[in-house]
Parts: sequence; structure tokens; C-alpha cells
Amino acid sequence: MTTTASACVPDAPPAGAGTEPKWPRTTAAGGTNRARNATTAPPEVITFEHLRVEYPTRERGAPAKLAVKDLTLSVHAGEVFGFLGPNGAGKTTTMNVLLGFTRATDGEAFLFGTNVREPVARQRIGYLPELTYYYKFLTGEELLRFYARLFRIPRAEREGRIDRVLELVELGPARKRPIKTYSKGMQQRVGLAQALINNPDLLILDEPTSGLDPVGRMKVREIIQRLQHEGKTVFFSSHELGEVETVCDRVAILHQGELKAEGRVSDLVSRHGGNLEQVFLRVIGYQP
Amino acid sequence: MIMNEIFAIAGVVIKELVRRKDFYVLFVLTALITLIMGSVNVFHDTRIVRYLKEICLLLIWVCSLVIAVTTAARQIPAERESRTIFPLLAKPVTRTQVLLGKFLGCWVACAIALAAFYLFFGVAAMSKEHHWPLANYFQAMALHWVMLGVVIAMTLLGSLVFSAPSANTTICFVVVAFILLLGRHLDKVAVQVSEPARGLLQALFFAIPHLEFFDLRDLVVHDWPPVQWLVCFKAVAYAAAYAALFLAASCLWFRRKPLN
Repeated sequence: MTTTASACVPDAPPAGAGTEPKWPRTTAAGGTNRARNATTAPPEVITFEHLRVEYPTRERGAPAKLAVKDLTLSVHAGEVFGFLGPNGAGKTTTMNVLLGFTRATDGEAFLFGTNVREPVARQRIGYLPELTYYYKFLTGEELLRFYARLFRIPRAEREGRIDRVLELVELGPARKRPIKTYSKGMQQRVGLAQALINNPDLLILDEPTSGLDPVGRMKVREIIQRLQHEGKTVFFSSHELGEVETVCDRVAILHQGELKAEGRVSDLVSRHGGNLEQVFLRVIGYQP
Repeated sequence: MIMNEIFAIAGVVIKELVRRKDFYVLFVLTALITLIMGSVNVFHDTRIVRYLKEICLLLIWVCSLVIAVTTAARQIPAERESRTIFPLLAKPVTRTQVLLGKFLGCWVACAIALAAFYLFFGVAAMSKEHHWPLANYFQAMALHWVMLGVVIAMTLLGSLVFSAPSANTTICFVVVAFILLLGRHLDKVAVQVSEPARGLLQALFFAIPHLEFFDLRDLVVHDWPPVQWLVCFKAVAYAAAYAALFLAASCLWFRRKPLN
């Protein structure tokens, strides 16, 4: 990457949060203030409390499918948190609850102390989906302008931010081209740019390096590390355990909807022996 | 402030329509048919311009309905299918705002299309008649646009209820055609049949949005005097009530609908 760490994300505070103190943040009506322990520990950015998600089945009389079972977990400010698990473990469902796409059957989830059911909870987050899902008829610049408007970033500030994030992801020369003409790597980078447009305090990345070539992976990893240095919180799911071991402070391993292990990468590795991959296989009960 | 998100989403819908070829194809087709017919004067009838106006307006009505229904029908299903709904809803917007933005975008896009069509119609008619009854044209276009608002709201609701966009498009076309062609006669048919069909037809007559109220083509074709403005405002209020009803139902449905 050609930019400096200070240019990683736009300098200005996110729209809607400019004059407010960062911590703690009050909740919307009916919510609980999860940042009440802010004086003793880094404040909780993500909190799951006894989260349970069930999906109804189409078959008559069949029991509902349990996707997440009694998940209690918290991620603190400034952490890079890896959310791991085999396919079907409930990672995406948990992320969907966090982003307000799916309603929890029981339990609660909070972002910055605000219940995820409130749209304002998403004001300070950036989200990068696993695959690139953007309006292909828009140019990269137009897409970022659209998302910047949704965050109510003032017009005067908007263009500067777009320039900075496009520079960061090295899409400056392609900014006026329709997204349908972008390569897969470019589409992933425009995704990263839209996730950074509001200068988020929390980035939620769903398998950010999936399908990228080694150079693309390295660039994404560099951006995550830069964000970490800037004190941002990163919550991401990945199957690339080597990468997780490199960038994550803490990880949680989910299997069949249940939290099987959680802790610092170094602690888990020293407790179970081997590397993170071996820890992962042991925790999910894999028998070769 | 709530309108900021709605306007932003509407802007994307308008950009999509402008960049698709549907509108241009329909416009060129309408223009070609009208110009070819206008260049022919088979019976040397001096009133041939009336037929020309009637055909052109019919084409405009058909094209506008095609644009409105097909544009509205694909909005939410396309967002779900291409999964663009996920990054969109990960922003601080509600599903209601998304739906209202889609409605506004489709409606404004139809206004742009209608303006182009009616401008062409006005120029084509003026070249033959050498006068331009602006009040008539304005009322015809405005009520036509208001009617499309009801159709778009109904189609958006259909796009949430029916799983396949093609099924929704077909059903919406059939319903709109039924209302436009037969809606006004339902009460007359009802008195000629016995119960319970009579009650059903009468209930249907009062329940359906009477889109034919907004059809002022005869006014333009025959150069009749403009409709009273109060009547126009009442028609707008009638359409607004139906559009609001469809949109409220859509919002309730969309809020409960799983995205996957």
C-alpha cells in the first residue's frame, strides 16, 4: 500500500458522532447501557447476551433449527477479534443478528451499548460482506457517495472522504468506471472503501480475504493492521487460520451454534499446544 | 432528516432506470409508430390528427405502465437476489426507508419518462394542429403520473408477497388491465347477478382503486375544456390514500420478511 497509516481512514469523526463523547454511549429507548463498566476495562463494543437464534423449518411438526445457542460474548474497544468456526457453525447468523438482518429468538445483542434493533446502532460501524454485493451500474465514486449520504456525512466533507478511501484502496484511477467492469479484487477493495467511508469505530468483516489472490490478501491484512494501530475495533470471520493468528488479539470458536472456546490467541495456543489450526481442530472435536 | 436516506435510495433507483435501455427502447418505439402513422393520411381526413393523438396516447399509457410495473417489480427482489440489500441495511437505514426510497425513485423515474413522452406527444400534435392546450396536457400528464404512483405502490407490495418477480409483473399487469377496462362496469354487472356474486362484485367495485378516474386521454384527443381543478385535487387525494394503504402494507410485510 502506498498510503501512510494516518491516511488509512478519513480524519474527521463519523457523521452523527462528531460532538458526542465516544464512551459510554446511551441507549435508545428500551435498551440497556452496556458501557457501564467503562471505567474499569476497555468499553464493550460488541455484546451478545444469551443469544439464541432458531430458524423455523418448512416441514410440518418438525422442530425449529437451532443456529445459535446461548451465545454470551463481548468484544472490547481496540481489539481485532477473530470469529471462527466450520461451515454451518452459526457465524453468519450471529453476524446477521449483529447487523440487524435477523432477529434473535432470545437474548440480546448490542453495538456500542445500543440494541442492534435500533438503526442508529449501525451509525459507527463499517461492514464488508463475504462476496461483493454492490450496484454494478454505479461507478465506484457514485457508490461511495451514495453510502456517504446514508451516513449523513455533510456534502462539504463527503468528497474529501471519498478521495481518501479510494486512495487507500488504490482505486483512484478506476473511480469513474462502472463497478461491473471491476475485477474481483477491485470489487473487494471498493467494498472495503464503502466499509470505511464513515470512519467507523468498528469494522465487521465477513471473510474479507475470501477469493482474493495472495497480494489482495496481504493488502487487506495490512489495512486491518493499520486500523488496529489507529485504535479501531475489528470483528471478522475467516477460515484462514494462519491469517487470524497473525492479526487477531482474541478469537472465539463456534461449533454447531455453541461457543466452544474464547480467549487470546497466545493463551489458547499455549493451553492446547500446537498452532491455531490444531487448536481449532481439537476444539471442534475433529478426528482425522 | 428522515428524508435524506429516502432521497439517497431514490437517487440510485433513478440512476438505474436512466442507465437501463428499457425506457429508450419504449420511447423510440412510441416515437417511430407515431411518426409513421402521422406521415400517412389514407382517407384525406382533416380530423386524422385525432386518431394520431389517440394512438400516441394509448402507446404512452402502455409504455408508462410497462416502465412502472417492471421497474417497481424488480426493486426488492433484485436487491435480495444480488444481495445488495445486506450492505444497504448494514447502514443506519430502516427497511421502511428503503421501501419508501424505492417507491419515490420509481415514481420520479416515471415522471421523467412521462415528461419525455408527453413532450414528444405535444410536439407531434402541435405540428399538425398548430395549437397547444397546455392546461389539458398538464392535467392529463399529472393525473397519469398520480395513477402510476398507485400502480407502483401496488407492485412493490406484490414484489414482497409473490416470490417470483415475473409472477408479480404478470399479476400486476392483469390487475391493472382489469381495473382500467372493467373496473367502472363492475357495479352495473353486480345488479344483473344474484347473491352472493352481487355482494362480492359490489365489494370489489368499492375496494379496487379506480385507475380509470385518472385517464384524461379523451380530454386531450377531443380538445375538451380542462377538468375542474377541485376534481383533480380530489382524484389526487384518492390516489394518495390508496398508495399510502399499499405502502403501509408493504412496510409491515417487509419488516417481517426474512432477507435470506
